[in-house]
This record gives sequence, structure tokens and C-alpha cells, in this order.
Amino acid sequence: MSKGSDIKLIDENGRRIDGRSVDEVRPIKIEVGVLKNANGSAIVEIGKTKVLAAVYGPRDPGIRTILLPNRATIRCRYHMAPFSTHERKSPAPSRREIELSKVIREAIEPSVIAEAFPRTTIDIFIEILNADGGTRTAGVTAASLALADAGIPLRDLVAGIAVGKVQDTLVLDINESEDMYGQADMPMAAMPSIGAITLLQLNGVLTEEEFMKALDLGWKGVKTVYEAQKEALRKRYVELKNIEVI
Amino acid sequence: MSTTPPNLPVVSKIKKDTILGMISKSTRVDGRKLSDIRSIEIKTDIIPNANGSAHVKLGRSQVIVGVKAEIGSPYPDTPNEGVLIVNAEFVPLASPTFEPGPPDERAIELARVIDRSLRELKAIELDKLAIIPGKRVWTVFVDIYVIDHDGNLVDASSLGTIAALKTAKIPKAKVEGDDRIELSDSEYMNIPLRSITLTATIAKIDEYLVADPVLEEEAVADTLIIFSLDSEGRITGIQKSGNGYLSSDDVRKALEMAKTMTKIYMSKLP
Repeated sequence: MSKGSDIKLIDENGRRIDGRSVDEVRPIKIEVGVLKNANGSAIVEIGKTKVLAAVYGPRDPGIRTILLPNRATIRCRYHMAPFSTHERKSPAPSRREIELSKVIREAIEPSVIAEAFPRTTIDIFIEILNADGGTRTAGVTAASLALADAGIPLRDLVAGIAVGKVQDTLVLDINESEDMYGQADMPMAAMPSIGAITLLQLNGVLTEEEFMKALDLGWKGVKTVYEAQKEALRKRYVELKNIEVI
Repeated sequence: MSTTPPNLPVVSKIKKDTILGMISKSTRVDGRKLSDIRSIEIKTDIIPNANGSAHVKLGRSQVIVGVKAEIGSPYPDTPNEGVLIVNAEFVPLASPTFEPGPPDERAIELARVIDRSLRELKAIELDKLAIIPGKRVWTVFVDIYVIDHDGNLVDASSLGTIAALKTAKIPKAKVEGDDRIELSDSEYMNIPLRSITLTATIAKIDEYLVADPVLEEEAVADTLIIFSLDSEGRITGIQKSGNGYLSSDDVRKALEMAKTMTKIYMSKLP
């Protein structure tokens, strides 16, 4: 719905409603390889936003028509659990979820070396377990880790973050209140090591100058998330290696 | 579930070489320069039964937009405002890749991109569309009907949406006793527009950026980037749409192109 209101989102000391500074990302918690059946999986928590992603594939989907002769077909579903929002969300896919499934697939596509698996599908399932802003970007972050966990060759990890504008100030990693009562929401995802932006949307109004600053702030957040992703993968695979030694 | 579209197979590699070869010499398949947009033709009031309508030809892409206003209930969280609903139909007569059935992800994305830029800018003064605040309001339906697809449906639809909204007429509503609403059959009002926003679509093909891509260019493009800009040059929406990626530099250059494009688009509006 439309934005802009009188609710105070930044105090006199420049602190946000959850105590963060304007360019501070919420605490990130990531675990990789959390599901038994999936080929790859990851759970990402960023503040109170909690997202689970799983990857199945490369596999035979049993539907010939969607297979491509020169590469894997990537399928992606972004879905919100009925209990993930304040008011129960109907489990039927909304127009928003259909759009976000596309936007997230397109954020992941350039990272996957799909040419390695012609005539197969790689299926990405993202379930939002708890929504507190930035669910699509947390979904991208989790999906990329699940792909890595599934052993699918990637050009780079894709990390996502949302930049917002509240009380005429740009802020990093907006939560739900800041999204709802703020002036703009700019989700972004990228492959940091090759400087490639793979997701960029803007919901709200920004001047050109604000947009340029938002882009820089977005990169800062993307890099923070990227470091957390790499740390989670390292943790998972160093642990695995130790188990094998025993 | 969103699936990799099947229109990127081997054949297009040959086509891509041809298109790229031309672009590297600063021309395009239809003779345009990289930053040129196609010819635009807009006709309004073409559907007598609609409150507002427009037929847009952007090159050989064609879109009809119909605006219908109906009296309905407001949303509970905005009881004193009218309701705006934007919907797009990619009807099967427009392209061999369009199938009958409910809107697919492409149609939903297009409608939501246009909806968001109008909504975020508060382009329509929805509070002026309340008839009995809290109870009865005008619901404005914008139905985008793609009838021929030769690329850049978003800009064609955005032009059509604004043209149809600008020229729409809704009957004046009078509230009688008992909250009875009487609609005038002689007096009309315009849909109150505070400002205008239009999209500008740019395709990234290899290292090149091209304005207003035709279908052939879209098929070989890495990705599209869509900027919505208002008449003061503020950014009212962005959507990266497509499988590829952009550098920060690409994004900045695309924004420069978008500014020029929307200025031309604005000048073509009725």
C-alpha cells in the first residue's frame, strides 16, 4: 500500500526504531544443509525475518516440454507460510508471490552455470517462515546458499539486501515497520566478486541523487551479507571434513 | 512456480550475432540509433463503453487500455480513499507465446510495475474518489490489453494507462438521503491526477544499452531495466526484468537514457 506517515522512525540521535544506526544491517544467522531430503538447503535469519530455501536437482522433472537442449531449466517458487505474517496469509499464491518468484529466479539465473546440466531442472523452493521486511532479498540469499550446498557450480554467491528511505533518510536493511511507514523500499541483490547487480527494484519515490546513494548503500549491505554467507558455508564444510576424519 | 522461459535456445545465437554486429556499428535491426525510441501513435476514447480508453502503437507493439470506474467499498485500511486496480491481459491473439488462461508472471509483473509507480507517486488523488467516506468509493479499474507484441510492452502499456486515465470521464455522484447514490447522466468529472509518471525500458545486450527494444532484441537481451520517472525527473519505480545482470555503471547509464525517453513519451501524451 502507499507509504509516508507521521510515525517517528528515526530519533534525535539518528537511531532507528530497533536501535540500529542508518547503515547498520540486522544480526544475521545462517545455517546451511538443514534438510535431509533436499540436495541443498539453507535457513537465513536477518533480524526477525526468517527464510528457508531448498534446492532439488539437477533432476528430471517428468515434464518434457520445459526442458532446454543447451542448459538446465531453473524453476523457482517464493511462498509465504500462512503463519509468517501478522494476519494469516492465505496459502494460495498471490500476485505478489508470482511476481517475486520471477524476480528471484532472475536474480539467481546469472549465477548458475546452467549449461553444465542440459535437459534437467534445478528447482528452488523458498518458504518465508517469518516476515519482517526484506523477505525477497533474504530469499535470494538463502536460495544461493542452497544451490552452493547442492554442489551446483556457481559464478558467485548472490547476496541480497533492501535499502529504504524513511523520514527523508536512506537506511540499510529495512524492517517491516520501516517498509510500511517509510517512503521507499529498494531491494537489491548482486554477485559481489564480479560487480553484477542481479536484482533491482524500487517501490517508492527517490530523486536521482538519492538513488545513486541508495545504490552505494545497497552494495555495502550486499557485501555484509556476502561475508555472512561465506562464513556459513565454511562452517558447514569444515565441520563435515572433521566428521570424515573421525 | 517461475520457470526459465524457453525462448532463449540455440537459434537465437545466430540472430544475436547479427543484432550485436549491427549494434557495435551503432545501428539496430530497424535502423534506429541505440538511444532512439520507435514512432508512437496514441488514440483515445476508442471504447465507447469504457470511462476512458487508449490505443497505443509503439512501433508495431499495440496495446489497448480501458479504464472502468465502478462504485464499491473502500479497503478497510484506507476507508476514505477510492481504489485503484491495475490488471494486464496478454491475450493469445497478440503473440504465439501467449496462452489463454489467467495472467501469467509476465502479465502480473507488467501490471504491478505500472501499479506501483502510480501508487507510490500518489499520481491519482484517491481521496477525491470517495463518495460516502468509509462506505462507498469509486474503484478505478485499469485493464491493459496487449493485442500485438513487438517488444517493450511495458512502455506501451504505461503510455496507454496514462492516456486513458487522463481522458477518462466518470459521472458525478450525488448522495441522497439514506446514503443512496445518484449518478448524473449529464455531468462528468475527470479522474483527479496530481502528476504523471511513465516507464522507460532499456535492454542490455552484451555491453550495449538500447532504448525501447523490439521483440528480436528482447529475445537476445541479457536483461531489461525499467525506470519509472515523473515529470520532474524523480524516480518512481525500478524493475530489473530478465535473466542477466547489470553493473552499477550500466544502471547509471540506463537512467540517463530513461530520462531522455520519458521526456519524449510525455510529449506524445494527449
